[in-house]
Amino acid sequence: MVSDTRVGCTGLRGGMTTTTIDELLGRHGRDPTRLIQILRDLVLAQNRITPGDLTAIAAGLELPRARVQGVAEFYAFLGSGPRGRYHVLFSDNITDVMAGSGALRQRLLDAFDLKLGAVTPDGRLSVGLTSCTGLCDQGPALLVNWVPIPRLTPARIGAISALIRAEVPLAEWPENLFPIHAHIERRDLLLATPLVPGQALATAFAVGPDAALATLAASDLRGRGGAAFPAAQKLAACRATEGARVIVMNADEGEPGTFKDRVLLSEYADLVLEGMTLAAFLVGAHEGFIYLRGEYPFLIPHLEAVLAERRRQGLLGPHIAPLGGYAFDLQIHVGAGAYVCGEESALIEALEGKRGIPRNRPPYPVTHGYLGRPTAVNNVETLAALSLIVQHGAAWWRSRGTPRSTGTKLHSVSGDVARPGVYELPLGTSVQEILDLAGATHTHAVQVGGPSGTLLAANEFHRRVAFEDLPSAGALMVFDSSRDILQIVSNFARFFAHESCGFCTPCRVGTTLVAQMMDRLTTDRGTRRDVKDLARVAHLMRTSSQCGLGHTAGNPIRDALEKFRPAFAQVASLHEFLPMFDLDASLAPAREVTGREDDEAHLGQEGP
Amino acid sequence: MSAHTSTFTFDGREVPFEPGQSILQAAAAAAIYIPHLCYHRDFKPHGSCRVCVVKVKGHMVAGCTTPASEGDIVESDTPEIADIRRNLVQFLFTEGNHFCPSCEQSGACKLQAVGYELGMLSPHYSPIYPDRPIDASHPDVLLDFNRCILCELCVRASGEVDGKFVFALAGRGITKHLIVNSESGRLVDTDLALTDKAMDVCPVGVILHKRRGFAVPIGQRRYDQRPISEVDGALAQADPKRRAP
Repeated sequence: MVSDTRVGCTGLRGGMTTTTIDELLGRHGRDPTRLIQILRDLVLAQNRITPGDLTAIAAGLELPRARVQGVAEFYAFLGSGPRGRYHVLFSDNITDVMAGSGALRQRLLDAFDLKLGAVTPDGRLSVGLTSCTGLCDQGPALLVNWVPIPRLTPARIGAISALIRAEVPLAEWPENLFPIHAHIERRDLLLATPLVPGQALATAFAVGPDAALATLAASDLRGRGGAAFPAAQKLAACRATEGARVIVMNADEGEPGTFKDRVLLSEYADLVLEGMTLAAFLVGAHEGFIYLRGEYPFLIPHLEAVLAERRRQGLLGPHIAPLGGYAFDLQIHVGAGAYVCGEESALIEALEGKRGIPRNRPPYPVTHGYLGRPTAVNNVETLAALSLIVQHGAAWWRSRGTPRSTGTKLHSVSGDVARPGVYELPLGTSVQEILDLAGATHTHAVQVGGPSGTLLAANEFHRRVAFEDLPSAGALMVFDSSRDILQIVSNFARFFAHESCGFCTPCRVGTTLVAQMMDRLTTDRGTRRDVKDLARVAHLMRTSSQCGLGHTAGNPIRDALEKFRPAFAQVASLHEFLPMFDLDASLAPAREVTGREDDEAHLGQEGP
Repeated sequence: MSAHTSTFTFDGREVPFEPGQSILQAAAAAAIYIPHLCYHRDFKPHGSCRVCVVKVKGHMVAGCTTPASEGDIVESDTPEIADIRRNLVQFLFTEGNHFCPSCEQSGACKLQAVGYELGMLSPHYSPIYPDRPIDASHPDVLLDFNRCILCELCVRASGEVDGKFVFALAGRGITKHLIVNSESGRLVDTDLALTDKAMDVCPVGVILHKRRGFAVPIGQRRYDQRPISEVDGALAQADPKRRAP
């Protein structure tokens, strides 16, 4: 089942025309909490932010300039570094790499005689890498000036090269490059139960918030973003607070291999927004935010259209009829490339226009969240389930799943499968059943829950995706026997090193050390000492980091060392230690200067 | 004062605490030293260096940010925790460019002193050798970013005490770095004053007064004679004049 979602490519590709900083700030009400949106607009308009721009923005918002610079340099899409008029970022996610992203990238680089990370001398093109773009079911993918192009082939790269060479404005690029497909392969309770917009709101209003929360509690719906916190308990805790409460939809789907929220937002926006409006009513919030990941800008025009329609129908705004005139409205906050902002307190920092650094807890967001106000942050899938559960009851939801893991779960299945896409399955479904449904053969390993989840070897495919066995936020990446486990783990290590916020020592340094060690192990420079250190650093990150990113960044290392140990033994040299550099090669410049090539001008590499 | 004093157990010892105190703050008040780098008693704890890690209810937590709680059993002086702390300090040495023998702060540096305290013999991991140019633009102050451990004390001091925001952090992950508040990126173009609190809080050797090098000879500096656990810990309680800044 493939539906063609042509949501809003043109709107974004139109971009912004040149503007003055003053106009820009005015458009955002000179509100410092909108700093990331302001910087994002500026990059869209002129593709870069100059030191002078930062000074002007800081002055206009009455913020310290260094703070504005600190924010700009935190988010991948805003960061400094050279950029061409066409800024192309290839997804470095492992599924894109497996689908041939590297050769396609080289093809584009060769066409312009360019190196990765550099800009052509005429300032036309720059090519770099980005973390997973959420298009693993239709990779390899790239972003050109933030606009995704999926399903890359040599022919499509050829077309893109020609368009860049002719400097065709992005808005005039052929439409057939851009469509994002929604591959929904299996529907169950969530995706196959129709809901008339406003229906769940009316039901909740009829029974009242307490009864609706009781239904939710009885359903035992747990948060679908990964933390599995009971949804009713979070909403009730927020409801019990004093103050101007806030509802946030966490649509910062950044875990590599996950794309189910993208599909929910493109195909089921009404259901999701109904759930969010309902959640607002249940906690007593009148204001909300959708935190949309920066890689999904193509969803914005679609979401804005659905929001406008819901306002028109009186399902959103100052007087929501099915809720007896309750007032609630929301705005979309677009992220700027930071995986850590999927963590709820880092997300709130970003909403406030700051660097996305997770907060110390307690206090928790339900009591002290956005601008210190009580804030309930919920995953897209949780909100979608919420409205249907209130409408159809707890027993309806519990008809699927296990006693401890109720209902269904959306899985984003990608990698070595015949039918990548979104699969809605009861919790408790075994990994083998999912592999069979998706048409996987010769499967060697499966990554459940993304890099921060669990790496499974073939003897574990009987395990079930459920809170009591294999918890998952929804990613399921499949690797067949042709794949190299160390390359996979190395890719994940690079991801975490790129996405660590850098706040705490273990994660900031540990993720980079792990990435460096994995790089050595996959390029024949690894040692037994590296293998020992990998285990030690992974343990250190898990035990002493500040937030979930650091706690889980060592998981792929832990699992691979435990389940695929021979792969490490094969590549780790028998040496305990190898020099960090090649002594003889380091003398090459000296030989060149002195014009010597005799034996005395060469040093043998001393091995242990 | 209430009749009942709240206490928790710290390595088998009853430690009293005031409501709102963190484990590290309560321990310090009881003259117990927990190794730390980003904590400073004049500032709100922020828990980034993680060196003050302690174990509570089976979990490793930062002692400086975790509220003390009645009846908690806190472990600190164990081989497992010593190993984590030592590795964290090794991480800090690994990510910066720390050459103690040629550093003006040698002997007065908390990173060095905590390294000694934890029995660190080498950084162990492959050094990262970041490129961190120094800033000598200011007539009276030198910034040597090579030694920065990103504790944010100068950031906090400049913002919270001096009200100037001279320092901030930019970048993320291993590229996170200290910046100053000027379009040129140079210290001379900021409004830093020598009397600012931010001039006094660096635990390592990043923020240095020019023309004051080696005013105290090596061998007579703060941590040369006694370990940091005595200088900043128990001794500081016995004799407030010995307190570290």
